[in-house]
Amino acid sequence: MAPKRNAREPTTPSSTATPSSTSAAASVPVSSKAKSNTQSPQEIALHAWQQYLDTTPQRTKLTDIFMLFLVVVGVLQFVYCLISGNYPFNAFLSGFSATVGQFVLTASLRIQTNEENKAEFGSVSPERAFADYVFGSLILHFFCVNFIN
Amino acid sequence: MTGTTADSLFKGSTARNTRGLLRITILCLVAAAAIASRLFSVIRFESIIHEFDPWFNFRATKYLVTHGFYDFWDWFDDRTWHPLGRVTGGTLYPGLMVTSGAIYHALRALTIPVDIRNICVLLAPGFSGLTAFATYLFTNEMSTSPSAGLLAAIFMGIAPGYISRSVAGSYDNEAIAIFLLVFTFFLWIKALKNGSAFWGALCALSYGYMVSAWGGYVFITNLIPLHVFVLILMGRFGPRLYVSYCTWYALGTLASMQIPFVGFLPIRSSEHMSALGIFGLLQLVGAVEFVRSAVPSKQFKSLAIGFGLTVFAIAFAGLVLLTVTGVIAPWTGRFYSLWDTGYAKIHIPIIASVSEHQPTAWPAFFFDLNLLIWLFPAGVYLCFLKLNDEQVFVVVYAILASYFSGVMVRLMLTLTPIVCVAAALAASQILDTYLTIKSPEEPGNIAPTDASSSKKATKQEVKQEGIRAMREPFVGIYTHFSKYSVVGALSVYLLVFVLHCTWVTSNAYSSPSVVLASRMPDGSQHIIDDYREAYQWLRQNTPEDAKIMSWWDYGYQIGGMADRPTLVDNNTWNNTHIATVGKAMSSKEEVSYPIMRQHEVDYVLVVFGGLLGYSGDDINKFLWMVRIAEGIWPDEVKERNFFTDRGEYRVDDGATQTMKDSLMYKMSYYNYNSLFPPGQAQDRVRGVRMPEVGPVLNTVEEAFTSENWIIRIYKVKDLDNVGRDHASAASFERGNKKKKTTKRRGPKVLRTE
Repeated sequence: MAPKRNAREPTTPSSTATPSSTSAAASVPVSSKAKSNTQSPQEIALHAWQQYLDTTPQRTKLTDIFMLFLVVVGVLQFVYCLISGNYPFNAFLSGFSATVGQFVLTASLRIQTNEENKAEFGSVSPERAFADYVFGSLILHFFCVNFIN
Repeated sequence: MTGTTADSLFKGSTARNTRGLLRITILCLVAAAAIASRLFSVIRFESIIHEFDPWFNFRATKYLVTHGFYDFWDWFDDRTWHPLGRVTGGTLYPGLMVTSGAIYHALRALTIPVDIRNICVLLAPGFSGLTAFATYLFTNEMSTSPSAGLLAAIFMGIAPGYISRSVAGSYDNEAIAIFLLVFTFFLWIKALKNGSAFWGALCALSYGYMVSAWGGYVFITNLIPLHVFVLILMGRFGPRLYVSYCTWYALGTLASMQIPFVGFLPIRSSEHMSALGIFGLLQLVGAVEFVRSAVPSKQFKSLAIGFGLTVFAIAFAGLVLLTVTGVIAPWTGRFYSLWDTGYAKIHIPIIASVSEHQPTAWPAFFFDLNLLIWLFPAGVYLCFLKLNDEQVFVVVYAILASYFSGVMVRLMLTLTPIVCVAAALAASQILDTYLTIKSPEEPGNIAPTDASSSKKATKQEVKQEGIRAMREPFVGIYTHFSKYSVVGALSVYLLVFVLHCTWVTSNAYSSPSVVLASRMPDGSQHIIDDYREAYQWLRQNTPEDAKIMSWWDYGYQIGGMADRPTLVDNNTWNNTHIATVGKAMSSKEEVSYPIMRQHEVDYVLVVFGGLLGYSGDDINKFLWMVRIAEGIWPDEVKERNFFTDRGEYRVDDGATQTMKDSLMYKMSYYNYNSLFPPGQAQDRVRGVRMPEVGPVLNTVEEAFTSENWIIRIYKVKDLDNVGRDHASAASFERGNKKKKTTKRRGPKVLRTE
């Protein structure tokens, strides 16, 4: 997996930048950076976005979109819970923790398959990371389905 | 020739095989030692369940085996807490019962039909072998030394601190919980080291099993987050930390919520908030780290850290707010009393009344851990020297568990694994240093040759000589004498440790509390079996649904051995109900009789050790009954009234009137005088002479007294046929004529019906 991606990308070796994982995380630094720099916030945001688009491999973008989707689903569930009360609390919990757990597992997969972290994960190849991801997700969904009654 | 064979064995490719074989042999022997040292009580007495709590676990296991899993899960037990019943499926940790049930069915499938009682009795020794193996794995993660894991395994296998709760017949939750504790920690370290989601998920599964087995899982839920928090504070946050912790938390929390007894607690109670908080903190730190590496600007760094800190502070304030407003349950009394050590004694006497919940004395540490307690600090210090992520875990665990075991005796159990690990690290360090035949090279040989005669070099040499503290010291052991003496001394200590462990296990921890063993003057053993005698009497001579009232200590045993419904038992979930029994025991007969009628009590059971000198009897526990009852009815039961004017707790002539009138006193000493010549009745526990005239019982009658008078069972009388109250009926029967009844009539009362 990893070498293929390297070949496809025109990444410069000097860019050690890890793009921010979600849009939520990306928006935070932009707003805070605007105070210290003289550039306008829009410019910085655009620049960061462009850099993200340029440097991120295709598959990582895919995981990012999935994570974004999970965040949206989780927020929707939470808002619905706030509006209409949490009567079947176990149902809410299992649904919500399914999104949270899947988000976390996907983030772990994203971290493990990231090129920059290769030194950290000596024993985990990207394929192994994906198999772990499947294992973890299966357990997660078993527990969620069991808990939702 | 021997040299050549040894060479071929210990060098080259066969060496690994040899070592592996040795390792397996040693581990098997360790497991065998762990199992064998726990069998004293089975060999000396018989294969029965000890203590109190295991009787309930045993009863639940029998229910599981006979009725199947689904019935067990929805089991409503109407034979305990008599008017109330107990929703057993939702108020126990099912891991222990399910484990032994699974073993039972597996053995039957292998056509080895073993009685469920024997599986329950021998479960703890079996799992202690597994604990030793798990400790081996855990320690191997900590140290590269080949001997550390094996040393830790044998320490864990025979350390009395763990044996005390896992002898054969001690069918308690801790029997499998300690194995799961150590194994979960091993998986956690493995996950953290590799940064692997797979190990994290396995850790979560093991954690889920642990949650199903023991209430002490809270220790894990707080220890792992604490470890992560310390790592973050040390600046060691990395992707491996994120992956392992988040996988563990997301899966482990869901797994723990599957247990009905735990339910929503991981979301709602304060004990679990640290795990949730660290989970949130990790997301935050992870996001900030990502962004920080993306935009390497100095101002941004501080801003991002500031942003992280503010979010953390806001989340923490929100948590505090939620706790104060009551959305998140505050600490339960049991856990709170670990921090505020005086809390239980003042507010919850039922927690303070259990002897296991007392602070630990110094000798207990030495008694339970002998040599290990000396090596323990050294091992922790060695962890400080080589401070990787996993060593931080040892340090955190050691500090936390030391504190808890100092507060409460029974938490010595959680301290024992880490003491074994740390002591094994220290001992293996000593062995690795001294147990090498090759001497290190003399430093003098190297230094002059290297230092060619150029002036600069010698100057540097001189300079280096000048600041000796800065130089790398050259340490080594050269003489064989020092090697032999140190290794010999350590071996002697280790052998003494084995002797100590065996002695302690044999003498202190291997006595079943159901039968009392004593020695005759000629050294032969005399068994006092009053408990089972009485329970058997109850089982055979009372109706199937006769309700037994006794103090809560004996609830499980009555349910397990006598198979009769009880009012209260060792699962002290309803304090008021226990206080009701306490009030009935500590009040006058006129007050207790209506209470017993209302609760449909048929028999009352008291434990009395006055004849035999058995000190754990109900008169010695009586003050706790009074205190617990006083907590609910401060006007009707007063502890002060049970003490004499000088503040003494007496049962002889000088006892207070309240004491003499109490049902417990009367039931304990009823007819006791008749055993002795007049005026010489002696209470051997309290060491006092009893009054001449024994107490008189009106509302209950003696039904059974065991051989040594340890257990006395009374039958509650029915209402009087003619409608008199019991006192007058009894006095009529004794032939006491009422004086002047014919002449003087009481004030007339209008009959309203």
